[in-house]
Amino acid sequence: MEKYIDQGAKDTRSGFGAGLLELGRKNTKVVGLCADLTGSLKMNAFKDEFPDRFFQVGIAEANMMGIAAGLTVGGQIPFTGTFANFSTGRVYDQIRQSIAYSGKNVKICASHSGLTLGEDGATHQILEDIGLMKMLPGMTVINTCDFNQTKAATIAIAEHTGPVYLRFGRPKVPNFTPEDQKFEIGKALLLKEGKDVTIIATGHLVWKALEAADHLAQKNIDAEVINIHTIKPLDIEAILNSITKTSCVVTAEEHQKNGGLGESVAAVLSQHLPTPQQFVAVNDSFGESGKPEELLEKYGLSTTNIVEKAEAVIRRKN
Amino acid sequence: MADIEFLKKVCSQVRRDIVRMVHAAQSGHPGGSLGCTEFFVALYFEILEHHPGKFDMEGRNEDLFFLSNGHISPVYYSVLSRSGYFELAELHTFRKINSRLQGHPTTHEGLPGVRIASGSLGQGMSVAIGAALSKKLNGDQHLVYSLHGDGELQEGQVWEAAMFAPNHNVDNLICTIDANGQQIDGSTDSVMPLGSIQDKFKAFGWEVMSIENGNDIEQVLHGLKKAKSLSGKGKPICIVMNTDMGYGVDFMQGTHKWHGIAPNDEQLENALAQLKETLGDYR
Repeated sequence: MEKYIDQGAKDTRSGFGAGLLELGRKNTKVVGLCADLTGSLKMNAFKDEFPDRFFQVGIAEANMMGIAAGLTVGGQIPFTGTFANFSTGRVYDQIRQSIAYSGKNVKICASHSGLTLGEDGATHQILEDIGLMKMLPGMTVINTCDFNQTKAATIAIAEHTGPVYLRFGRPKVPNFTPEDQKFEIGKALLLKEGKDVTIIATGHLVWKALEAADHLAQKNIDAEVINIHTIKPLDIEAILNSITKTSCVVTAEEHQKNGGLGESVAAVLSQHLPTPQQFVAVNDSFGESGKPEELLEKYGLSTTNIVEKAEAVIRRKN
Repeated sequence: MADIEFLKKVCSQVRRDIVRMVHAAQSGHPGGSLGCTEFFVALYFEILEHHPGKFDMEGRNEDLFFLSNGHISPVYYSVLSRSGYFELAELHTFRKINSRLQGHPTTHEGLPGVRIASGSLGQGMSVAIGAALSKKLNGDQHLVYSLHGDGELQEGQVWEAAMFAPNHNVDNLICTIDANGQQIDGSTDSVMPLGSIQDKFKAFGWEVMSIENGNDIEQVLHGLKKAKSLSGKGKPICIVMNTDMGYGVDFMQGTHKWHGIAPNDEQLENALAQLKETLGDYR
């Protein structure tokens, strides 16, 4: 299969902004809400082109979630934008009652997730949001890996009826998925075929998983790389198909081990196909200030960490 | 013109429904429900332009109502049912297993008339604002109404919403505050004094008005009609409505003690003796 190549560094949040603008042009029901982070969320282009369909809420995220829920009554499709921490932890009860339990068609779009937010430090680096959101009944949870995928996901979730959590980030990272790649909610993407170990990655760690596969190839280890962009609903079939072949798995995510993608994969495997698994994730710890790459290294989320975990899990086979 | 005598009959019957439902479930919130009976009856039987027989979640081309203080679900369910949203017999299922009449209102079980879940306090004003904005986007001239407890104003989100609505000219919104001065732990003055609710909303930029006696159906009707006439003038409207918690049942009246407890058999009998059966009890 064709090898994925880095087409240049771009931020995933700009993919969201580009997707929202395109959506705004083709669907008049799409409205945007932002809590004083329009520039950071790259929502300015939408705001400028559709001022009547953009609502500046101020620093009041709880109110933003409630207004978004209300806007769905009458058929609007609201996209809320703020940092991941303020999109989830700060407003969990509002999302739970007014959006999830009420079954409202709100798209909760969250930037600056995870450690790669960088210098702002642990107050803003939420590493629990996937867990929080996947526990809510009926919530779709998506964590995209690059600019193109984030843009495609933003457009795709407008076609899905029901609440969605769309997680992306701040730094510029390799943009490597094809611009025309179809985004199907709940459908995993096989990025590289292999037979010795499956690496299942989400978000910013997908590119690192591909890098890790290159390093492993130099050691004669043939790794399969799967991009799970939708953590809920999880593509169980794709996971089981791959692991039936490789018999071991590494999961990689910029999130706590507790509550993350790895935990969801483990739950599937323990039920259907008990398999050795290693986790590349933050281990019950808060983050700190630093450059994104420094943080990924310090907290065990680097390419090298994925390689080491792959070698370790292969040793556990048999 | 409203038939005041008929509306009074509805109020008496709704109060019987409330105490019977809470008694049957041995659980629920009779105090605030009894206090807000006139408001609900005036709204659903006289003020709202709505389509009870053909409920549609999107609520286009009709007025909408959102209950923020969801615990007063007994009065909400009784009035929804008696105004035609669902069969009266369903009131039997209140708070019981497999019911659409959950302890607190929800859209989750598909009960006609309910457009948002509420119960966790402080969220309804934001939702009502969103629905009002949606009406404006759709070019729909109908209004959005909401009800909030006074104790509920202690939640911070209410003031986020209160700041938003005037700044975005949400003038198709009429929020009523049930000022009964009571909350679970005691009077609002003893738990967390609210000061002047009127002055607070005025300071935030709302058009503020009062209903001196929210248990007088004529005053409630007059107040809601006046609020309607003030809509469309650039400001959201806040009605501070004084009510007596537990109104209509002497031993429940004017105290926080009947906020969330059910009457026993003897108390039910006593309460029903004070409330005339006017339109027939649900069976």
